[in-house]
Amino acid sequence: MVTSRPFEGVEELILFEDVSYSYSPGRYAIEHINLSIDKGEVVAILGENGAGKTTLIKHINGLLKPQSGFVIVSGMNTKDTTVATLARHVGLVFQNPDHQLFAETVEKEIMFALTNFNFPEDEISRRVDWALKEFGLLEYKDRPPFLLSGGERKRLALASVLCYDPQIVILDEPTTGQDYRQKLHLASLIKKLNSESKTVVVVTHDIEFAADFIPRSIIMSKGRVIADGDSEELLTNRELLMSASLIPPQLVELSWDLALNPPTIHFDEIVSSVKKLLEGKKA
Amino acid sequence: MPIVEIRSLSYTYPGSTKPTLTNVNLSVEEGEFILLTGPSGCGKTTLCRCLNGLIPNSYGGEFNGQVIVDGLVTTEHPVYEIAQHVGLVFQNPENELFCTSVEREVAFGPENLALPREEVRKRVEESLAMVGISHLRDKSPEELSGGEQQKVAIAALLAMKPKILVLDEPTANLDPASAQSVLNTLLKLNEESGVTMILVEHRLEMVAHMAHRCAILNEGRLVLVGKPEDVLYSDEAEAIGIGIPKVVQVTKALGINKMTGKCPLTSWSLADLLRVWKN
Repeated sequence: MVTSRPFEGVEELILFEDVSYSYSPGRYAIEHINLSIDKGEVVAILGENGAGKTTLIKHINGLLKPQSGFVIVSGMNTKDTTVATLARHVGLVFQNPDHQLFAETVEKEIMFALTNFNFPEDEISRRVDWALKEFGLLEYKDRPPFLLSGGERKRLALASVLCYDPQIVILDEPTTGQDYRQKLHLASLIKKLNSESKTVVVVTHDIEFAADFIPRSIIMSKGRVIADGDSEELLTNRELLMSASLIPPQLVELSWDLALNPPTIHFDEIVSSVKKLLEGKKA
Repeated sequence: MPIVEIRSLSYTYPGSTKPTLTNVNLSVEEGEFILLTGPSGCGKTTLCRCLNGLIPNSYGGEFNGQVIVDGLVTTEHPVYEIAQHVGLVFQNPENELFCTSVEREVAFGPENLALPREEVRKRVEESLAMVGISHLRDKSPEELSGGEQQKVAIAALLAMKPKILVLDEPTANLDPASAQSVLNTLLKLNEESGVTMILVEHRLEMVAHMAHRCAILNEGRLVLVGKPEDVLYSDEAEAIGIGIPKVVQVTKALGINKMTGKCPLTSWSLADLLRVWKN
């Protein structure tokens, strides 16, 4: 568990201090959340449906305000800050792109936020150009977003947020409907954002993706944070995964099935362990 | 006779110049479980829409070749008729749910077939129980999570008792435990009730071992069809860039498949193989 820290002089970019929120009386969607995420961190938020993941991230961009406790984002208390102001700092890419996309063409979709944030003309065209290329959407630039495939719409939603360069990027289930290559692309994009000192929060059911690419995991269950730490340590903990209804990554299953100690999420380590097992046979 | 037959199917969406599907041929036997995969944008969803006649009946476009499901040539029968033979589950359940309660949603299909009230009730009960959502019967689909909604959509189709279920990434919005339980339900429906399954899925590690055959679409063409182990261990599959399960990668990296002649798809089958082979 994360220990709570005093508010004075915090260095954290995102800070939750004893935050609770309830949509209907008597049932908390999130309860007593304490959490801190530093500048430049890449964090996965894992947990079953209804665990409170979406409620939690809506507190980061201020769509929801804590009913008790407080949330500080980039030094601003979200209770005193408008969603519009926070939006410039926090880019949220929704799980379902259809909740986000509305423009007539792919190009206009990407331009929307840039125009809204008053970027200069030449900067807008430079950024739109970058986004179309980066996300493989150049050939669809004049198409209506709803004619794109599910995976392509997902990429467009991502492009239209990343183009305005927010300091914090929140990705809600970014790997759904994405194939393997696009997952690798997404991973390298996260790495790149990270190298630019951006903070990336990835809400995901894709435990394989978290195990392969995200160093820190926060595991939620029934509205609470039940674990927060190194991904390898958490994702190889059988009791923890079970209590959060998470299915272990395939390499962890394999570690357990082969009784490897300690179990691992790393491909190379499994390969060398199995190699040792095989050499044992020959000897 | 195959229950699904796709013959030289090519399709171009209206307003598009590039075909989305090119010369696709596939026969599926009754009771088969087919896993359909391939890179995003390769035409998987389009192929699903062809299987229940939405393409070309509702979409238009340039359609060549023939699709026959349960004896019906899709171009010669309306979608509502084909829908009694082929149930289609989409990626986004909230786009297809519209009733005020889960129970009504599931009852909608059989009621429209003008079945006796008792039969409707029986089908609703069975379908809800099959996907484990009996406790949600009085809820409005709107207030459910994405995962629960998908289960409602599947239950609503099961109530139609279709011979064929076509599922377009049905677990994409589910958490892992619910995804697993939906997949187990599909497997059970296939094994015990003989429902033919055509499942589109990217996360091969979760489903490869369930399927009888695996088919890979790439750029609108069906490039590989065969037993899942043959397909996933092939160099072509690796080159296309689908997510080869880690167990397959470990086995291939160490040449265990060549040494033993076995191609495990799950962690437990690889572990068993190593155990047996070591002794």
